[in-house]
Amino acid sequence: MTQRTGWTRDDMARRAAQELKDGFYVNLGIGIPTLVANHIPDGVDVTLQSENGMLGMGPFPYPDEVDPDLINAGKQTITELRRSSYFNSAESFAMIRGGHIDISILGAMEISEGGDIANWMIPGKMVKGMGGAMDLVAGVKRCVAVMDHTNKAGASKFLPQCTLPLTGRDCIDMVITDLGVFSRGEGEGRFRVTELAPGVEMDEVKAKTEADLRWG
Amino acid sequence: MGKVYKNAADALEGLTFDGMTVMSGGFGLCDIPENLIAALRDSGAQNITAISNNAGVDGFGLGLLLEPRQIKKMISSYVGENKEFERQFLAGELELEFNPQGTMAERIRAGGAGIPGFYTKTGYGTVIAEGKPTREFDGETYIMETGLKADVSLVKAWRGDTQGNLQFAKTARNFNPMMATAGKVTVVEVDELVEVGELDPNTIHTPGIFVQRIIEAKCEKRIENMTVRERN
Repeated sequence: MTQRTGWTRDDMARRAAQELKDGFYVNLGIGIPTLVANHIPDGVDVTLQSENGMLGMGPFPYPDEVDPDLINAGKQTITELRRSSYFNSAESFAMIRGGHIDISILGAMEISEGGDIANWMIPGKMVKGMGGAMDLVAGVKRCVAVMDHTNKAGASKFLPQCTLPLTGRDCIDMVITDLGVFSRGEGEGRFRVTELAPGVEMDEVKAKTEADLRWG
Repeated sequence: MGKVYKNAADALEGLTFDGMTVMSGGFGLCDIPENLIAALRDSGAQNITAISNNAGVDGFGLGLLLEPRQIKKMISSYVGENKEFERQFLAGELELEFNPQGTMAERIRAGGAGIPGFYTKTGYGTVIAEGKPTREFDGETYIMETGLKADVSLVKAWRGDTQGNLQFAKTARNFNPMMATAGKVTVVEVDELVEVGELDPNTIHTPGIFVQRIIEAKCEKRIENMTVRERN
């Protein structure tokens, strides 16, 4: 029997949740980042922002609580909390673009060694649009990208340069993949390997990473 | 001349024409001006430029205008919940201009506030920045975006009074208040139309100065992505 190594989607979400600090205002993207809400550490109180115009996003409603006027940015029905507030889209993006949101956790298709992110379009396919992703990566204080380290064909998604059209340039502070955690501090160019997922060896990370990291 | 009209068709009378630019509020299907969109379709106006965060779904919302090919160009941040939209776009029959959602909201806000352009970091270094002037502020590069205006803005609100003062419900506010400011003529449909004095002036989200025509109309309020949890 082979032992599975590395992190599952849920493990990655749990690890990303460790980046949330008490009192943070947080924006979570669609996909794995949405799962982060299930793993907020005990004793850490955060407020979730939904960019369609709500702070203090509550859980999904019970069937008899559904309100068509109350949805999140993924258009899912949600509920409010005692702390919630509502506002228009311009005010919502003033929070995002004005640097008032502490952290954004978002999915990625590719990340470059210089912190560029591509996550909104694949040329030749029907493009749905960037929604709020370009605003989030340009404006939020700290951006954490969560993605599988390689694509289905086994090719690295952590690259010297993104091959897909960019969502933002030099904006990602931390990358969490199924293999580990990669981070860079303020003003640092390249990422360091700061954590390996259980059972993952550095050699495997090196073999699956095209980006030039600070390996030492 | 009062602001209150009988119905959606009546409220759009004399406002629609070929080549017009229309803003339409809502986020996904959440509080879109359903009745006014249907009336715009019935007006037969062609070659419309539609500014709306999303493009509706097949047969509902702006989807109603896509099927009879009344839309020439969409300015949106996220589309593609709509097969007819995709078909027309891939066939080259529909122009599409993507705006980052925050840039779009700010462009509309600016348009309504008499601000012709502004600088933002959003989109710098991406295809969105191509051809746009840039400027450095405190060592960071920003791109210039322009304000957006419309010939007619279609807005959906929860409650309004006969003077056009509006209140929105929860996340149904979204783009509606900015669009109300950016239309040469702003037409609003509300769930509940009341007499002046019935809304607390301290709780008005959009002052009536931005509203020229208002109707009360019943909405279907379709839910795009029903997500619930079970009681234990």
